[in-house]
Amino acid sequence: MDYSQFGAMLPELIILGLFLVVFLFDTFSGDGAKRILTPLTTVLFGLATVAIWIIPSCDMEVFGGMYVNDTACKAMKAILNVGVFIVFLQSAKWVESDEVAIRKGEFYELLLVTLFGMYLMISARHFLLFIIGLESASLPLAALVAFNKKHYESHEAAAKYILTAVFSSAILLMGLSFVYAFSGGSLYFDDIRNNVIAGEYSGLLIAAIAFMIAGIGFKLSLVPFHLWTADVYQGAPTAITSYLSVISKGAAAFAFFVIFVHAFGQLFEHMWEWMMYGVIIVTITVGNLFAIRQKNMKRFMAFSSISQAGYIMLGVMAGGIGLASMMFYILVYIVSNLGAFAVISSIENNTGKLSMDDYDGLHKTNPWLSFAMTLAMFSLAGIPPFAGFFSKILIFTAVTSTGSMALYMLVLIALINTIISLYYYLLVVKAIWIKPGEAKVESFKSAIGEKLALWICVAGIIFAGLVPYVYEYCYKAVLG
Amino acid sequence: MDITLPILILALPFTMFLILGIGGVKMSRKLAGVLGICGNGALLAMAYTVAFTYFFSGNPEFIADGIRQQVQLFDVTWLAFTERMVVNIGFLLDPISAMMLIVITTISFMVHLYSWGYMEHEPGFQRYYAFLSLFTFSMLGLVVATNIFQMYIFWELVGVSSYLLIGFFYKLPSAVSASKKAFIVTRFADLFMLIGILVLSYFVAQTPADGPLGGASAFNFLMLNSESSNVLASTIGATFLGGSVLTWAMILIFVGGMGKSAMMPLHIWLPDAMEGPTPVSALIHAATMVVAGVYLVARFFPLYLIVPDSLTFITVVGAITAFYAAVVACCQIDIKRILAFSTISQIAFMMVSLGVARPELHDGLGYMASMFHLFTHAMFKALLFLGAGALIHAVHSNNYTEMGGMRKYMPITHWTFLIGCLAIAGIFPLSGFWSKDEMLSAMYANNWIWGAWMTMVAGLTAFYMFRMYFRVFWWEENPHYKEHRPHDAPWQMSLPLIFLAIVSIFSGFIPFGEFVTWNREPYHIHIEMQVAVTSIVVALIAIAFAGWLYLKKNDKPARMKAALPGLWTAANRRFYWDEIYMFVTHKIIFNGICKAIAWFDRHIIDGTMDALAAMTQFFSVRIKGMQNGSVQTYVLWYFFGAVLLAVITWICLL
Repeated sequence: MDYSQFGAMLPELIILGLFLVVFLFDTFSGDGAKRILTPLTTVLFGLATVAIWIIPSCDMEVFGGMYVNDTACKAMKAILNVGVFIVFLQSAKWVESDEVAIRKGEFYELLLVTLFGMYLMISARHFLLFIIGLESASLPLAALVAFNKKHYESHEAAAKYILTAVFSSAILLMGLSFVYAFSGGSLYFDDIRNNVIAGEYSGLLIAAIAFMIAGIGFKLSLVPFHLWTADVYQGAPTAITSYLSVISKGAAAFAFFVIFVHAFGQLFEHMWEWMMYGVIIVTITVGNLFAIRQKNMKRFMAFSSISQAGYIMLGVMAGGIGLASMMFYILVYIVSNLGAFAVISSIENNTGKLSMDDYDGLHKTNPWLSFAMTLAMFSLAGIPPFAGFFSKILIFTAVTSTGSMALYMLVLIALINTIISLYYYLLVVKAIWIKPGEAKVESFKSAIGEKLALWICVAGIIFAGLVPYVYEYCYKAVLG
Repeated sequence: MDITLPILILALPFTMFLILGIGGVKMSRKLAGVLGICGNGALLAMAYTVAFTYFFSGNPEFIADGIRQQVQLFDVTWLAFTERMVVNIGFLLDPISAMMLIVITTISFMVHLYSWGYMEHEPGFQRYYAFLSLFTFSMLGLVVATNIFQMYIFWELVGVSSYLLIGFFYKLPSAVSASKKAFIVTRFADLFMLIGILVLSYFVAQTPADGPLGGASAFNFLMLNSESSNVLASTIGATFLGGSVLTWAMILIFVGGMGKSAMMPLHIWLPDAMEGPTPVSALIHAATMVVAGVYLVARFFPLYLIVPDSLTFITVVGAITAFYAAVVACCQIDIKRILAFSTISQIAFMMVSLGVARPELHDGLGYMASMFHLFTHAMFKALLFLGAGALIHAVHSNNYTEMGGMRKYMPITHWTFLIGCLAIAGIFPLSGFWSKDEMLSAMYANNWIWGAWMTMVAGLTAFYMFRMYFRVFWWEENPHYKEHRPHDAPWQMSLPLIFLAIVSIFSGFIPFGEFVTWNREPYHIHIEMQVAVTSIVVALIAIAFAGWLYLKKNDKPARMKAALPGLWTAANRRFYWDEIYMFVTHKIIFNGICKAIAWFDRHIIDGTMDALAAMTQFFSVRIKGMQNGSVQTYVLWYFFGAVLLAVITWICLL
């Protein structure tokens, strides 16, 4: 075996190395040295992120085509890394709190393992590798969701998460076994593409595709595979919620694109095009309909993220340019959503308040947090000139550029839904700025990590759309 | 040329705006003032370097075979919405943009310096400097725009900064309403401009995407201007109300310029804009922003040239406006209003000059003359405004009735103001003489009617300027000032006056035709004796008449006013344009049209939206049982969802 093939896996190896460093440090260092674990991990991860951005992609298939690391994969990983870095920054204070500090090593180790799994999901060109990635991205997350040991909700959320995850894996594997039958006994994407012939639709093939969509739809929380989302988001520690809502979802979206375009691309027309058509409409609409009723901020963000997943999935309808606009959308979604979560977790960590009603008059006591939250909400709703506007317009133009009338209708429905989403995003803004009465959250100073995370997010919200470089990066990564 | 300087020219004023705007609250006045002036001084140096390099370096990049080149120093894609809809941001250097770089930064620097004295005691001093920087940034971005979009963006930014500065004294109701008026009227005009741009781009976009006008170049000035025959070809056959579509597009674009340059009937905002601080009037409402319309026409000149009807339209609008504004200026009392109407009249002069320019008439002399006058006018009109500011600063009133005999108290202001008046009246050898003479020659060359008409306007100009001059500096001393002696302004204010006065005297000797012409080939200026002598004689007669009326206190003006009461009142009330606007907007539009639209909006549009909201709420309540917290239900839904997806697809496909 040619061991130089591992050279292509440099991003994975970097994360694995980082994991080992954290693991060994956590295991063998004394209590005094452990104090620097959080800053050490954050800084090392920051360096790893930079390294993954700048190392050249080798654009080669290794291990007999099981694994690919081309520019597009590298860009996706780099985008995820930015998000994880922000999560690390904003969770630093929570990690150092009395209840968690003793287990902080585990937190970083589990998080890094899931990230490693997501890398494999993106780069896999063989379903075995993909399943390994998927499971190593899912199972540790259940442990993370249960991280608040002494909270009942955290346990409940973890139980719901693991049960649904197991079920979704079962469905996915079932679908996969059907695919295996069609592909003549191979799980390579290339073989599947060559052996599954377009136009020959059998009930089995349809069931296979539907089950695959359902299986990955779990991670993306597409409707109706989303029901775990709200409970888990609410019960999990806020740092994990933001990780779930952004990184896990982004990775799944990328993997979805890779699988369905690479392995089942020839079945797009007349088959999973229509499945996704229905799923996207239902996802956006149901997510919105639930979001307007939520008072708990974490539940609110859960449903908002469901509806956002629908917008992200629009990208799979448009091929290469769709992937570029999807990457840009996810990047913008990362900064916007994490900006909102940075505010939520900062308020929760300092005052323990989580209800939207507690946000009334927030601008009087915490003007900077209010400002950041407002920008994040505007960006999520897609109000110009913030990044969310550009990501929406680019993904819409990508979808309509195919010229299909049905897709025009899809974009129209998505547009109508943005009006509904505008309503509930503005509810938060209204609570912060307009509602009369005394502020319910007292004035406090955020920790340095939270501030840094917030500044990165605000900068991203303001500049990601206005500076063409960001979109061009995504575009070039995909289309060369 | 290295792109560092051009980028800095745009970045520096914007950074100054951010620094002064965000950090201004915590800055002392002195720091903000010094920062603003130093930043602008650096900007001045950089802009001069770029402009002088362009004009004098002889670099083949800038001048080849005696023809000055149009150079895009950089032109980067900013937003690429689709393949055809690409917005670029760039820096275009050609004779007119280089000339404008000099004008803008010079006047802006003078105004920054002057404001340090003039605004010293005003609250919000730091904010004022921040807005000045924003304006300078926007105006520079406008003149160096490489494409219509960039120009439009900065065009609006200029409007915004003008709005902010007119309403600077935001506690004065008159200033607030004036700022709103300025913004709404110019914005209204910009609507037509946008329509014009869209019409133009629609037709240009019909040409092949890989042709010379494909992609981003469909909006690029250089491509539009050099491919004017292709632009014409793309609109062939399309007509609207008897005019070719291109004519309409160009006229609509010009309407945007009419708004910014205060051409009739969109002039009504400029006199009110005088509510802003006087240095702002000098910078924005005399020298730079209001000539944006002239600049726009000059920028598109090759396109205007292929549809001469639009040029005729510009000429007629300009000629009427010039005469109207001159007549109104004769009957105003407020010295800033007089200068405002004088500005309108002079800009109209430039418009007429552009409108009569044809390549076959003296090699497109009108274009050169118009730009020449833009340059000299910016200098002497800024001088006059700053002088008026010094007067207002001294006597705390805008009306000349409060002044009189000021020459004794304010010698510097007196002499510099006199130079400004002589320059605008077109007296040899001050700068106004040279540029006005070239403009009149161009007009006579086109048609003697334009020449004669504008010579008469030039006479009126000399009359009302000297009417103001004599009334303010001679007439009879206001007895009030025996006790409170007004005095000349501090050095920060006097220095710009003296500098601008010197420029106003000598800038006429610049061989302007060597630098700026429509085809960028040198044109050798020569004086047409007949035109020059006529205009000087007319101006001298007008000055003498003004002197006869206003040199010493007498009752001749009062008797003249009594003899023609109707005319005086009408001119004093600006021929009731504001009242007409009020009538049209309030009585006709608000009462007639708006009511129906409001009904439609409240019942149909809002009704639809309310129904959507009610439906959303309804379904939202209905489906909430789905989320009941039991994980068994969740998994059941999950399974049904997957099966349903398969079954529905199966049914549909088979």
